[in-house]
Amino acid sequence: MKNIEKNAVQAALDTFSGKQMYVHFEMTNGAYAAYRHGKFHAAGGYVRNARQDIKHGKITGDGPYRVGLKTENGWIFAEGLSVFEQNDGSLYLYGFDEQEKLSIALQLSTAPF
Amino acid sequence: MKKERHILLLFPHPDDETFGAAGTVLMHKRKHGTKVTCATLTSGEMGRNLGNPPVANRETLPIVRRQEFERACEIMEIDELLHLGYRDKTLEFEDIQEVASHLKEVIEKVNPTLVISFYPGLSIHPDHDATGEAVVEAMKQIPEAERPTLHTKAIAAHSVKEIGEPDIVHDIDELMDQKLKAIDAHESQMQEVSAITKQKLSEGDEDTEAWIRYEEFWTYEF
Repeated sequence: MKNIEKNAVQAALDTFSGKQMYVHFEMTNGAYAAYRHGKFHAAGGYVRNARQDIKHGKITGDGPYRVGLKTENGWIFAEGLSVFEQNDGSLYLYGFDEQEKLSIALQLSTAPF
Repeated sequence: MKKERHILLLFPHPDDETFGAAGTVLMHKRKHGTKVTCATLTSGEMGRNLGNPPVANRETLPIVRRQEFERACEIMEIDELLHLGYRDKTLEFEDIQEVASHLKEVIEKVNPTLVISFYPGLSIHPDHDATGEAVVEAMKQIPEAERPTLHTKAIAAHSVKEIGEPDIVHDIDELMDQKLKAIDAHESQMQEVSAITKQKLSEGDEDTEAWIRYEEFWTYEF
């Protein structure tokens, strides 16, 4: 896992164009948000192994970064991304909050997670 | 402290058992040589802490947490570990009767005299509440004569208002250091909590000391 290198992420996204990908996408501010911060609103969600036909993907911003993927039937969008990890056939993008806790994850893979 | 032959801990995430009952487990071990089995329903694969700096990604976190769980259980001198194979953050969406049947099988196989879990509805995290609910349901299906005792943890702020004071409070006193070591073993999850806890203990903060030192349980009445 390392800080996002925009060119490397863009190159990885380009390899997914026209491919069917499995997507893990999540956002969270933590199940304990209300418990720890009183009235704070705990919100989040995740999708695991959503199969998507990717048209193309782009990374934008100067950090934290945004990623948008145009799909056959719609869009996938994520912002607040700062680190990435790349393996054979997969790309993991993450963002962390000010306490270094995960707040957003977008993972794409040619095989199911 | 009543002598128990065998204790079964049933908690949803690796680390719940440590916060909830590390001292209690060690007290039973010291006093009566009680056998202890710890079952975790999930591997905590959706934890928000990946370590700082990160030691895992979303896909490797369950592997890291399993190793941490094993180490913590070693420190708590637990005899047997079970992974029940559910996925983090999904327990409340499972069919409760199916989970209860599964847990009943686990309880009957382990054959404990005491089960420790969460109190349904007063345990903050949805996985905690769902676990408590399924455990209570499983225990109800066991004939009364064969049913082990159930001690539950209620951690919501309004617990005492809802169900009264806990009937069991263990002062783990000289075992506090060992409990803190077991908490430390959950390294990817506990860096921040552990650092703050130690800082507050060194400052003599009474609430923090009480939180670690007194392990409270409500005996569940069926």
